[in-house]
Amino acid sequence: MAWTWFHRLASPPHVYALAARLTPWFAWPAALCIAAGLWGGLVLAPPDYQQGDGFRILYVHAPSAWMSLMVYMTMAIAAAIGLIWRMKVAHAVAASCAPIGASFTFAALVTGALWGEPMWGTYWEWDPRLTSELVLLFLYLGYMGLRAGIEDPQRADRASAVLAIVGVVNVPIIHYSVTWWNSLHQAPSVMRLAKPAMPFAMVAPLLLMLLGFTLLFVALLLTRLRSEVLARERSASWIREVVSA
Amino acid sequence: MSGLESPAARTLAPVATPIVRGASRARAARSADAIEAARLALLRDLQLAFRKRSQLIQPLAFFAMVTLLFPLAVSPELSRLRELAPGVLWVGALLASLLALEFLFRDDAYDGTLEQYALSGQPLTALMFAKTLAHWLLTGLPLALMAPLAALSLGVGPAALPGIVAAVAIGSVTLSLIGSIGASLTLGIKRSGALLSLLTLPLSLPVLIFGARATQLAIHGAPYGAPLELLGALAVLGITLAPFAAAAAVRISLE
Repeated sequence: MAWTWFHRLASPPHVYALAARLTPWFAWPAALCIAAGLWGGLVLAPPDYQQGDGFRILYVHAPSAWMSLMVYMTMAIAAAIGLIWRMKVAHAVAASCAPIGASFTFAALVTGALWGEPMWGTYWEWDPRLTSELVLLFLYLGYMGLRAGIEDPQRADRASAVLAIVGVVNVPIIHYSVTWWNSLHQAPSVMRLAKPAMPFAMVAPLLLMLLGFTLLFVALLLTRLRSEVLARERSASWIREVVSA
Repeated sequence: MSGLESPAARTLAPVATPIVRGASRARAARSADAIEAARLALLRDLQLAFRKRSQLIQPLAFFAMVTLLFPLAVSPELSRLRELAPGVLWVGALLASLLALEFLFRDDAYDGTLEQYALSGQPLTALMFAKTLAHWLLTGLPLALMAPLAALSLGVGPAALPGIVAAVAIGSVTLSLIGSIGASLTLGIKRSGALLSLLTLPLSLPVLIFGARATQLAIHGAPYGAPLELLGALAVLGITLAPFAAAAAVRISLE
């Protein structure tokens, strides 16, 4: 009985309606959090004593990097649910995650490069975090490529789910091996943010941005999920009612 | 409390043991069957490969070609090439192993062998492991044996050669295993070469890092045990997990 709400998530029309109802509940708080976080980060927070105003790109960079990993985890968990319980909606969630995650990863890379230029004197540094972020982008691209390459949608779902799970096992290995490789090859010439000494006026906007980006992801995911469900169920009869309504 | 330890349970016990023993004997017979099936699949793949020798040589010739490109592109000075050698050897081995992946499942998918494997009642995981082992024996091992030649041509001293052979031999196990996942996922996709490399190369980066590190240390005469052990750890992890993923992917491709 208590699980009815969960079982109903397997039904595409129910999920479609639910996603439509939930989207504003995530989209508006996301907009508020991001607006407040940007105001706090770009205007209210004091300039950094070393980096001046340059550090403010952090407020976009760090949440993007955070989201790039979180979206991958969401995607892999949804893919695993779809693979194990043969739940079509879970596969649709995984499919909707991939482009969003790739965009966050790309944003993290671009903001990282733009931040690197004034701070490190170069757009690209083979820093472990930048490198593993780049690898993550390739994992997303491979996932989307595999999905696009297989014509049969159910096979595409299941094959890409296997890939997503393999990726999850590999992401920590890649991350640690890249870190280890870097510690051997690169002298510690890179200037780091003074980590413990971030005052509240700097940290609060960052937390707001993290929350805002997470909510934004959910809102984007729900929107993409609706179009994904529409595309997958295009021959189902309930679609006609939705479209004509 | 004592009700559970009733005489009934005690009388059941002697009866239950032979049943359990019988079950474990059946399980032992099944796993012996699976090992035999895997051995036969391995032998079959090796035999087929030796009937098409030109396919066997291609990855090795490719590896030699890649090695040849670097002196021409960078500089013929042995001192500079020696610095580049770990990178050249590992990028070459990675690409050669990737090139050979195409042969791993393609013919068997076309002529229905994979379907027969999946229907045979033997664990597909064991058969996938056998196929991957065959791939390693046919590409990874020859690459490892050829690596000293390439290394010598790049100005590496003979003292470093055992370390290089060990690193390439162990690292290529993981490369074959990762490749088996990529190859089985892309079964049935036409012109899958670029996609296959996009899928497998990011996953192979740890092997590249530790392999090149071991090679570099060997060239400099330093102890290279640590990266070699990490390569071994990756290979063990791959052996335990990759055949399951490959078998799942093959089953999906046959759906």
